[in-house]
Amino acid sequence: MPTLKINGTDIEVEKGTSILQAAELLGVEIPHFCYHGRLSVPANCRMCLVEVKGGPPKPAASCAMACADGMEVETESDMVHKARKGVMEMLLINHPLDCPICDQGGECDLQDQAVAYGYDRSRYAENKRAVPNKELGPLIKTVMTRCINCTRCVRFGEEVAGVTTLGQLHRGEDAEIGTFIEQAVDTELSGNMVDICPVGALTNKPYAFKARPWELVKTQSIDVMDAVGSNIRVDSRSGEVLRILPRLHEDVNEEWISDKTRHAYDGLTKRRLDRPWIRNAKTNKLEEATWSEAFSYIAENLQNINGNEIAALVGDLCDLESVVALKDMMEKLGAPHLDCRTDGTTYDPANRSGYLFNTGITGIEDADTILIVGANPRHEATMINARIRKNWLDKRTKIGVIGTNLDLTYPYEHLGETLGDFETLSKARSGFAKTFKDAERPMIIFGNNLFVGKDGAAIQAFTYGLAEKMGVIKEGWNGLNILHNAASRVGALDVGFIPQNGGKNFADIIAGTKDGSVKALYLMGVDEFEARSDIGWNTFVIYQGHHGDKGVEVADVVLPGAAYTEKDGMYVNLEGRVQHGWKAVFPPGDAKEDWKILRALSEYILTEPLSYDTASQLHKRMFEQWPHLAKEDEITPSAFENIGSKADLTKKRMSEKLGIQISKATYYKTNAIARASHIMSACEQAFVADHKFKEAAE
Amino acid sequence: MLQDKDRIFTNLYGFESFSLDAAKKRGDWDKTKDLIFKGKEWIIEEMKASGLRGRGGAGFPTGMKWSFMPKENTGKPHYLVINADESEPGTCKDREIMRHDPHKLIEGALIASFAMGAHHAYIYIRGEFYDEASNLYKAILEAREAGLLGKNAAGSGWDFDITLHRGGGAYICGEETALLESLEGKKGQPRNKPPFPAMAGLYSCPTTINNVETIAVVPTILRRGGSWFAGFGGDEKNTGTKLFCISGHVEQPCVVEEEMGITLKELLEKHAGGVRGGWDNLKAVIPGGSSTPMLPKAICDTQIMDFDNLRSAGSGLGTAGVIVMDKSTDVIYAIARLSHFYMHESCGQCTPCREGTGWLWRVMTRMVKGDATIEEIDMLWDVSKEIEGHTICAHGDASAWPIQGLIRHFRPEMEARIIEYRKQAAA
Repeated sequence: MPTLKINGTDIEVEKGTSILQAAELLGVEIPHFCYHGRLSVPANCRMCLVEVKGGPPKPAASCAMACADGMEVETESDMVHKARKGVMEMLLINHPLDCPICDQGGECDLQDQAVAYGYDRSRYAENKRAVPNKELGPLIKTVMTRCINCTRCVRFGEEVAGVTTLGQLHRGEDAEIGTFIEQAVDTELSGNMVDICPVGALTNKPYAFKARPWELVKTQSIDVMDAVGSNIRVDSRSGEVLRILPRLHEDVNEEWISDKTRHAYDGLTKRRLDRPWIRNAKTNKLEEATWSEAFSYIAENLQNINGNEIAALVGDLCDLESVVALKDMMEKLGAPHLDCRTDGTTYDPANRSGYLFNTGITGIEDADTILIVGANPRHEATMINARIRKNWLDKRTKIGVIGTNLDLTYPYEHLGETLGDFETLSKARSGFAKTFKDAERPMIIFGNNLFVGKDGAAIQAFTYGLAEKMGVIKEGWNGLNILHNAASRVGALDVGFIPQNGGKNFADIIAGTKDGSVKALYLMGVDEFEARSDIGWNTFVIYQGHHGDKGVEVADVVLPGAAYTEKDGMYVNLEGRVQHGWKAVFPPGDAKEDWKILRALSEYILTEPLSYDTASQLHKRMFEQWPHLAKEDEITPSAFENIGSKADLTKKRMSEKLGIQISKATYYKTNAIARASHIMSACEQAFVADHKFKEAAE
Repeated sequence: MLQDKDRIFTNLYGFESFSLDAAKKRGDWDKTKDLIFKGKEWIIEEMKASGLRGRGGAGFPTGMKWSFMPKENTGKPHYLVINADESEPGTCKDREIMRHDPHKLIEGALIASFAMGAHHAYIYIRGEFYDEASNLYKAILEAREAGLLGKNAAGSGWDFDITLHRGGGAYICGEETALLESLEGKKGQPRNKPPFPAMAGLYSCPTTINNVETIAVVPTILRRGGSWFAGFGGDEKNTGTKLFCISGHVEQPCVVEEEMGITLKELLEKHAGGVRGGWDNLKAVIPGGSSTPMLPKAICDTQIMDFDNLRSAGSGLGTAGVIVMDKSTDVIYAIARLSHFYMHESCGQCTPCREGTGWLWRVMTRMVKGDATIEEIDMLWDVSKEIEGHTICAHGDASAWPIQGLIRHFRPEMEARIIEYRKQAAA
């Protein structure tokens, strides 16, 4: 533990801490551009120069120099000031100084540090250098003349995202960041390059010239595009969401988010349901209605339907409050047919550890061997994949995959494609199987897709049994993980939005609409299946949600709800972490927050309406039954238990190729918001459609 | 003046063949294994006693550098990397060694590698050196054939081999860590130090990087004894013999081996036929390759050529590439040309060097014409100081020093040029 002096103050730091990090601990600010805590250290911007006494008579780069015992560091001496001013001057001589027309203005490191540490005038009388802009795809806009060659974007690509598209070309004054052969930055993390760019060289293309940062209202929220629950900041102005940025959460998304999380926001203003609609039985067209008309119409239609003929489904994007309200309502109606697993999975949710990502997201970094079965973490849960890559980058961890052979941004051993291969692996004694069994913290990730179909519970028992045999359950370590991809799923399972005593599951409900055993169906934000062809036409369908997507096509009544940026909501992510998002803007038109719609509807269809009038009353009701939901930002672990039903799997099932739920081709269009988003369409065009074209051309 | 019997490089001018037979006749590979049998400690001690300082420019004591390599087994291989990327303008000594006396280098590599526990050495040779690379490669093949390389090299019991790697012709790849990057197949950009190469060099393994001349003199020093080598030179810190590369306005430009501490005047007059038009026609000398600041005649009159004396004169011995300029030279233009070179060869990694070298060149171009103000000379000085010492490698320093040398000694000429230009512009 070296002890050193920074500006005369003693500090003891961990071995390997850099001077810059030590100074940060003391609250001493050292300006820097190229240094980024999560990337490698190139020390090329030279802004963080400090004086180290007793060393060579020149300043040292504090980001790259490790603290040593007895060092005396000065960050405000004449030598340091001279060096900083010099470097700042050099950074600016070829910088266009076009801040008034630069989107980075107001949140630009270069701007801030030039004011704080630079000269107040220029001595450079020569011509400035200009650099041609690069076309990097639909998400990143470039103004390369502004680039200061800090190479953060290059290092982000190489280290975090695992793509080597960007690099520094040429040398000296002619050095520029580019792609060599012009191509889009093909990674679902590319938006983060914009975030880490300290200047206006890489900016957010869809957000170009929209707003200045000081005009925006910033609201903390939780992302619903996947089940990771990335922490986000929603920036809005005059009731419109203008951009979404990551919020630091070390245990979930660090400071990154995926492109879908960041850029699907424009879907929030398109194809929105902004008033109730009722389907005219004669014309079969939806007609505008008022809230009371819609509620009365529902009450009228439900009058002659028995409780056990009513079913309810919960979609991927729902907040937990609305799920609980819907469940309460269904209970009072006497309807047992509830399900939240609208992807058709049928695993047994009796034990919480059976559907959680048990190691937690930080647990990925502790794992020493990783086996991925039937999943595509890269597109189903991008931040999880980034963690796996981080683990691999740090420790070169052995990773195995059973299932579709994909580019996951890190090397892995492809061990087969079927459940049979998994069984073979569990019995093997050499190769990857041996490494896995010898590992101290082995980890398995099961894709949600494994459990789709009637025999989901049998597959669950079978796979969990093999995992247990392979030793993923150890003292203080549960390495069994389920990779969900719906934001609402774990929360809905937690509150038991599953078939109640003898109720039908998703597949049976859908079948029931055709054979007449389900006469009324309540879809809350369910757009994930082909409702038009799957649902029987005689069924009375109520759709509550925010987008005119698949669910609306079959709805008899449409109740306009709020999207995730428009309501305070609670979400439980795939590791079981309870998180809250806050309302950033109001829902459009007559649309209302979802649990309030249910509360209002209950006045019409229940003899005794739902008992809560405010959000806090609803929360109180939730916390009483499920106390773990009261622990915000905490994971309540539960012990492993081999559940599911032990039944033999068919030979066909054992030799069937394991699929994935979200592939690169479907990634940009996985939910109603993304499907309405023009930006996501542009991404799909650039990264999926054009790729096919290119591959065909090759 | 150095006597012929004390010359290390006896075939510097290629009067004899570079082949193994001829080299053996000149005394190379003579009982090499006996030197190795004396052990690592003996070799390193002998090198320390010789006072040999690195011949690549920085002048770091070689014996000490070798002793930085980890003594205990770290589980990683050790490497010797020989820097043959001789690109400094005014320097042309290593190429003479490689094309006329390559076996000195190969034998030295074996001994040095043994002393540092390396079984493999890499020679990174400048891409433009075609003949040098082929001669050296031939010599390596000969040595391998004769059992001097490979398993049990030269009967010493030490397994050793050499890989010759041709560079792409970038000046910056002569910087030792950029050279390692380039050797690893990456873009040649210098690394941060620490960690120093002795801890984490090539492929993150302990590595020593030495200049060609440094390694080539090793066998002779060990045969004749460190004290013999230390017997040359003005003082105990500047010992031995050194190859001087004399170019520019002299009667006979040449590469010559001389004793360290010879006066500049004697060096030029004895070996290069003197300055063109006589000593009084001398204007300035760049004493150690293009990056060292120039010295005006007044200083050259009495200048002693060794590391410390040149340093106290405000310059440096560098690679001992002596560039002579007589009174016909436009020194401002000469330095502007060097500025262009440093701008062109900057790797583009650190801000001050990437942006500053271009600035320096642009201002220098105007200075050549005189299209500037007197204050801009001070600004030029200040800008050069903003680059110097603020970069990862010494390229920033190297771009600043020639201009500082110019301003230090020829400021009146620069001012006169500016005043003249203004007069003409006004007329």
